[in-house]
Amino acid sequence: MSKKGLIGGYPAYMRESIEKVEATRSRRLKEGPPPPMSPKEREAILERNHPDYKPEGKRKLALGPSAGEPVPHEVADIIESHSVIDPRAVDLSKVDYDVDVLVIGGGGAGTVAAIFAHEQGIPVDRILIVTKLRHGDCNSIMAQGGIQAADRPQDSPAIHYLDVMGGGHYANKPELVRALVNDAPGIIRWHEDIGVMYDKVDGEYVEAHGGGTSRMRMHSAKDYTGKETFNSIRDQARNLDIPVLEFFPAVELLLDKRGHAAGAVVYNIETEEYRIIRAKATVLATGGFGRIHIQGFPTTNHYGATADGLVMAYRAGANIIDMDSVQYHPTGVAYPAAILGQLATEKLRTQGAMPVNVDGEAFVFPLEPRDVESSAIIEECWVKNNGIETPSGLRGVWLDTPMIDQVHGKGTLKKALAAMWTMWHRHDIDITVDPALVYPTLHYQNGGVEIDANGYTKVPGLFAGGECEGGVHGKNRLMGNSQLDYNVFGRRAGISAGKWAKSAKVDELSLQHVIDYEKELERAGIDTDRKAPIILPDYRPQAVREHTLGHLL
Amino acid sequence: MISEKQEKEMIRIHVMGKTYEVPAGLTIMDAMEYAGYRFTRGAGCRSGFCGACSTVYRYEGDYRLQFALACQETAADGMYLVQLPFTPAPRAKYDIEKINLKENVLLQYYPEIARCVSCNTCTKACPQDIEVMDYIQAALRGDIAKTAELSFDCIQCGLCSMRCPADIKHYHMAQMARRIYGRYMSPVPQHLENRLQEIADGAFDAELDKLVNMSREELEEAYAARVSEEASAGSERSE
Repeated sequence: MSKKGLIGGYPAYMRESIEKVEATRSRRLKEGPPPPMSPKEREAILERNHPDYKPEGKRKLALGPSAGEPVPHEVADIIESHSVIDPRAVDLSKVDYDVDVLVIGGGGAGTVAAIFAHEQGIPVDRILIVTKLRHGDCNSIMAQGGIQAADRPQDSPAIHYLDVMGGGHYANKPELVRALVNDAPGIIRWHEDIGVMYDKVDGEYVEAHGGGTSRMRMHSAKDYTGKETFNSIRDQARNLDIPVLEFFPAVELLLDKRGHAAGAVVYNIETEEYRIIRAKATVLATGGFGRIHIQGFPTTNHYGATADGLVMAYRAGANIIDMDSVQYHPTGVAYPAAILGQLATEKLRTQGAMPVNVDGEAFVFPLEPRDVESSAIIEECWVKNNGIETPSGLRGVWLDTPMIDQVHGKGTLKKALAAMWTMWHRHDIDITVDPALVYPTLHYQNGGVEIDANGYTKVPGLFAGGECEGGVHGKNRLMGNSQLDYNVFGRRAGISAGKWAKSAKVDELSLQHVIDYEKELERAGIDTDRKAPIILPDYRPQAVREHTLGHLL
Repeated sequence: MISEKQEKEMIRIHVMGKTYEVPAGLTIMDAMEYAGYRFTRGAGCRSGFCGACSTVYRYEGDYRLQFALACQETAADGMYLVQLPFTPAPRAKYDIEKINLKENVLLQYYPEIARCVSCNTCTKACPQDIEVMDYIQAALRGDIAKTAELSFDCIQCGLCSMRCPADIKHYHMAQMARRIYGRYMSPVPQHLENRLQEIADGAFDAELDKLVNMSREELEEAYAARVSEEASAGSERSE
């Protein structure tokens, strides 16, 4: 392993700055962090620095149900693109799987939806989950910091509601936020029933603040909250024998002659065959878009996060909402390059780590809402030039992680933030001794397919839950509300799909909407060879991609 | 600003016997992609949480097998790499609501743990540095709490079971132990039950109705009037 010139995992030239961080630490501990910004100051720093506020990063959609909506170019590119299949060449007469409820996506929302569709009385052999990678290759499993639920006496769903609306810049759909906050304590209770090991001390939950919360309601399972909750949920689905087709991404939704959702065309990425699934109700749980790298940002997202569901649902007639808004997590890894963009959980800041600049000075309240915190870090690095440059020319600020043990006692970080400690330790950095270098990273799709409070989309028989749907978080999601979202709206979508399937009848299957969409592309004057869904990103170097012969065998 | 550019140093890796030159400083996964591989199997969360990218490697001239997650470990010169993205280890089906804690349920559902010969190969194979053999021993003693605690960081990559000479399904058994602990040995705080009763009684309905119908200006005012709970004054405790 190349460790030349590194001291404690960092290049020698960074040590001068780290010494400054150490020199100011005790003063910063005593003085506390800078105060939170006023609403006006927040708006101003967002205008100045947040990537969402750059008009050149977006364009208005040229076609489809939400034509005219501004979205990032990368999103417009996958929406304004051809299908990956030839809709006339697909044989719809042979149905391979005939089910009541089809769930597209094997992550958090999809698994929860399947379990609750079953609770509605749908037999497990009439349910099918399809997923492009393995059951559980998803963002849900990677969530670290926690899940919000207003369950303490000094808190209430109403206070949670206000935090969510303010954090989302009041763009959120009120009935969705109401569902989110009111279902939250019940979701924690369900997790207790299936055996999630939440952090407790003396029989009480350990509950912390997150950025933009006014009450401490962040429930956690060390910094493996997503892994612990999702794995328990998946284990429950396995005990119930809910069938899962892995390595089988959906590539188009099927409608019937009446325009009702009726299943999907799925594709075996290993044998390259397609299969036809007919379903009375279809749940979209395909997650977000990190792997299309909005504005070139690295991402915390899993390998399959390519917004396939958004593309398919849009072609089938669903609206999209708030897709102009992207969440950049304030603290992605900026160094070492090997783990660039991976998540440094917000829990590090809830436990006392302060962002500080090259001179060791704090410059922002550590728990602003994520869009504001990210803007402050971007400004510190590129406007005020107070960042630390990495060997590859990127910039970052320090997250002063050794403060955590100083605030809460020695050993706290290693126990409460085990995943974080291990991640840096693999690269010879001990974050109990040295600070961590961080910079905003592409984290979450704030918007998505528009739903109502019961998970209904505009397309009859099509339901959605989790990161692929929009409206819950407005223009900015708070920490701990994505875990909550996939549980609340995965459950609601599953219940609605189960109820729908009991009385629904499917008419003749059709891909006419895909044929019509091709015509619409032509009418809009979009001349492109882009195809979507893209299913998986391609990280091979340009030189390799330009030199292949394709699938010869 | 501090600045110092590094020169691009190249290393050689061997993917299932084929040799490639790749830049130093990449993870094993990124290095394989640089070499031209496009993953379908063997890549998942790419952040060390899902266990999809279990990798076995050894260095030229070194007989020892080493274990890593391809998305977390930096590729090094001379690595001979093989990915093992799937472990054929069956899990026992159980009903979490019907667990008899008077018996050693872990041993009942996974009787092969009694075959553990304490070779510690599982622990050596664990990319999460979990004391795997110790939790198997705890499970044998019927100590569910210890099994749950020791196995907590498990990402179910399967390398332990792949290497075990006794056909133990460590990670499935440990998942069961954690769920039993969570369900039966870590009581639900009373304030959660109280809150659920309040929600069932509609205690917050009127307030939520009012909020849902507020204008943006009214919401902004209510938001600005929030008084934030001090982190030191509430129920937050450090561990």
